[in-house]
Amino acid sequence: MVDAARGFVVIAGAWVRAALTYRTSFVIMVLVQVVITFLDFAAILIMFSHLDAFGGFTLPQIALLFAMSGFALGAADLLVGNSEALGRRIRDGSFDQMLVRPVAPIVQVAADRFAIRRVGRIAQALGVLTWALLSVSIDWTVGRVVVLVGAMLCGSVIFCAVFVMGGAFQVFAGDAAEVSNAFTYGGNTLTQYPLTIYPTELVKGVTFIVPLAFVNWYPGLYVLGIDDPFGLPSWFQFASPIAAVVFVVAAATFWRIAVRHYRSTGS
Amino acid sequence: MRGFRRYSTYRAATLAGVFTNSVFGVIIAYTYIALWDVRPSLGGYDIDQAVTFAWIAQALIAPVAIFGGFVVDELAERVRTGAAAIDLHRPVSLLGLRLAEDLGRGAYHLISRGVIPTLLGALLFDLVWPDTLGTAALAALSIVMAIVVSFGLRYLLGLLAYWIIDIQGPQWIVVLSQIFFSGMMLPLVVFPAWLRTIADLLPFRCMIQIPIDVFLSDSTGTAVAPLLAVQLVWIVILLTAGAALTQIAVRKVVVQGG
Repeated sequence: MVDAARGFVVIAGAWVRAALTYRTSFVIMVLVQVVITFLDFAAILIMFSHLDAFGGFTLPQIALLFAMSGFALGAADLLVGNSEALGRRIRDGSFDQMLVRPVAPIVQVAADRFAIRRVGRIAQALGVLTWALLSVSIDWTVGRVVVLVGAMLCGSVIFCAVFVMGGAFQVFAGDAAEVSNAFTYGGNTLTQYPLTIYPTELVKGVTFIVPLAFVNWYPGLYVLGIDDPFGLPSWFQFASPIAAVVFVVAAATFWRIAVRHYRSTGS
Repeated sequence: MRGFRRYSTYRAATLAGVFTNSVFGVIIAYTYIALWDVRPSLGGYDIDQAVTFAWIAQALIAPVAIFGGFVVDELAERVRTGAAAIDLHRPVSLLGLRLAEDLGRGAYHLISRGVIPTLLGALLFDLVWPDTLGTAALAALSIVMAIVVSFGLRYLLGLLAYWIIDIQGPQWIVVLSQIFFSGMMLPLVVFPAWLRTIADLLPFRCMIQIPIDVFLSDSTGTAVAPLLAVQLVWIVILLTAGAALTQIAVRKVVVQGG
């Protein structure tokens, strides 16, 4: 574990230094990330020019859900988002090289071409979060603070697991990077809105199959002090750590199976 | 035809794209349902028309290359490697060659990543279809013109590489504008008036908003002719500019590499 972390820092650090060499380029790319991820929020703002509440939630409440989801995806994208490129690595044979190096393949896949510009999404999410916390009315307790911070950490872990699963899937499906987009960026889009706008089956799907609802929905309900509109057990609102652990174990298992089944393209 | 075959080779990538477009289609359709539920007839659409908008917009993302790429990256790459010199020797015009290739790509993306998610959308939701064959034909024409407008933009962007080599900055500006001002993010009909005015002055609405408005014109009663005219004007402007810039590029190009 310590070795893995050290390997990650060494490889990622090299890419960060490389990115920072061209400072203007770096600043522009981060700004682009901030703007592109903010467009989603701009769409919500435009929607609210026609509405007072969306799915029963006010703008500051939705902003809180939006920011929690955005932060989680942003952190995961920064840390392991490169696993998306595994299909390309398999095609050009560079994954073979990773397998013979003395650092765990998952660490190399995540850290190679580490894109520090992705902090842009995190910065954008933290900006929206600040605005949400200033404008939403919450009766703050220690419990609510802990659940909010905990959810942002667990949410990041859940999205990390989704990214890794998407990478592992490409070992079997070839160049199918876009399938994982459906769960990562798609999952992010889905959880930007209150789940009340979706049918019950979809909500059950993101609770029990891909636990994206634990990224922001259940903990968000607790922080906002809202009763679950779907009437699911209230302990779900504290269950993000459990969902994260279960999903990480599933992702790690799937990743191991994938690496074991990997057949080189021979190039 | 070559463009068609080139992209149809990657079937797994296509299937993955179809899946992703469909997932986003479902999510966005529900957000529009929530919006139009509270404000029926917002922007002149009813709920079914708004849901249709969500699905057709997903179907058009790949054909009109909302996220950029294709022609652009290739032109720029060829400038960087020096292969651009060969392009300038060819007995056909660079613009005509690239346009033909991109239409092939667009046709493939329309059939694969356009039609399949739309059929799935039709299974899951009540979509609105054109009442007459005439409208369907006009919608098809409008979609082809949308691809040509998108090509015109990407070609100009790619040509920029003859001057500034690294075109990432301008490329991002165009992609951001395409996402926001085309109607992909949100139908332009719900934009506040001042933002709508800006969007109407830009070419990006030719790529998604206009083809969908033509598609829905039977039930919304939108006049089709002015929309098609806007697309045609932008095609003329962009392709003329593209042809003129190609001439200048040929004269001033400094070929890289050896």
